[in-house]
Amino acid sequence: MARALINVPAKAKRGDVIAIRTLISHIMETGFRHSTTGAVIPRDIITTMVVTYNDTEIFKAELHPAIAANPFVTFHTVATESGTIAFRWTGDNGFDVSEQAKITVE
Amino acid sequence: MTRLGAVLLVLAAAASAVAAEIPLAERRSSYDLLSPETKAMQDDDLSNPGSLWVLEGETAWERKTGEANKSCADCHGDAKETMKGVAARYPAFDAKRSTPVDLEGRINICHTEQQKAPAFPFENRELLALSAFVARQSRGLPIESNDARLKPFIDKGRALFEVREGQLNLSCSQCHDDNFGHKLAGIPMPQAHPTGYPVYRLEWQTLGSLQRRLRNCMIGMRAEPYAYGAPEYVALETFLMWRARGMKMESPGVRP
Repeated sequence: MARALINVPAKAKRGDVIAIRTLISHIMETGFRHSTTGAVIPRDIITTMVVTYNDTEIFKAELHPAIAANPFVTFHTVATESGTIAFRWTGDNGFDVSEQAKITVE
Repeated sequence: MTRLGAVLLVLAAAASAVAAEIPLAERRSSYDLLSPETKAMQDDDLSNPGSLWVLEGETAWERKTGEANKSCADCHGDAKETMKGVAARYPAFDAKRSTPVDLEGRINICHTEQQKAPAFPFENRELLALSAFVARQSRGLPIESNDARLKPFIDKGRALFEVREGQLNLSCSQCHDDNFGHKLAGIPMPQAHPTGYPVYRLEWQTLGSLQRRLRNCMIGMRAEPYAYGAPEYVALETFLMWRARGMKMESPGVRP
């Protein structure tokens, strides 16, 4: 059911600062909450998000229990060359989602 | 203490005011009360978490399921055409049942009778995804409520909206007709127009139906909420949509 939305400009001029925006579906259960019967609800969060630009890591984030459900992460980078920007989110219970987007740099 | 103080203030203010319907031109979506950040979150499909459900709903629309092995699309085709404006007319009168059904109710009727699949539980993710996807096709369109057969249910909904209930002895109308814009526990009270449902509520950290929101209010009034699917909710929904007739749909909305 995991789904991610990513926004990378399709085209950019070399040297441009571009905004990259991502939204991913995840409950981000903190592990600190209790069910109505008092049992601890086990932690279930995304722990890491890694972004590579033509296989070079350009962004990495560690996520923690205080982050809201469906994390929205946005950052900037410099458009250096045409290619692929690849996103990977990993987390508890074997959560592993990858997405990618193409960018053309002129 | 502050919460109690706010409630007492509301009660004091309510005592001096007479329940009155809001003139059509003075109705405002609760979108107007959002912070600039939350408005921006709703306005941009990429930052609006409701989009995740809309996308899931788009997939579910095409998926064949149930004993009949039919998808929604097999009967209804391209939702972008066939579902345009549909959510803006719900709850709609169902002649077979002689009662209005809301959008989630209609999806479940299709799901069990046409697809012959077991009914979705209330607030089920796939059910919300389908209702978000269908409601999204009405974004920007005005809410319609002009079926004469709905009249008795609108009246019933209005009666429920105006009746005092719960340990706080409050009616919906005291907050949402008489005291909108004033603060309750530090938060401005909206006029309660259901323009953005199903809505992504930051407090919930998820998408939820109008029935879930109505339950929230009832719990806040310390009244006993009706069970999910109760005809009282559908009557309230029918009344609220009539009350918001002509206002533009925003689904999926984002609310604090």
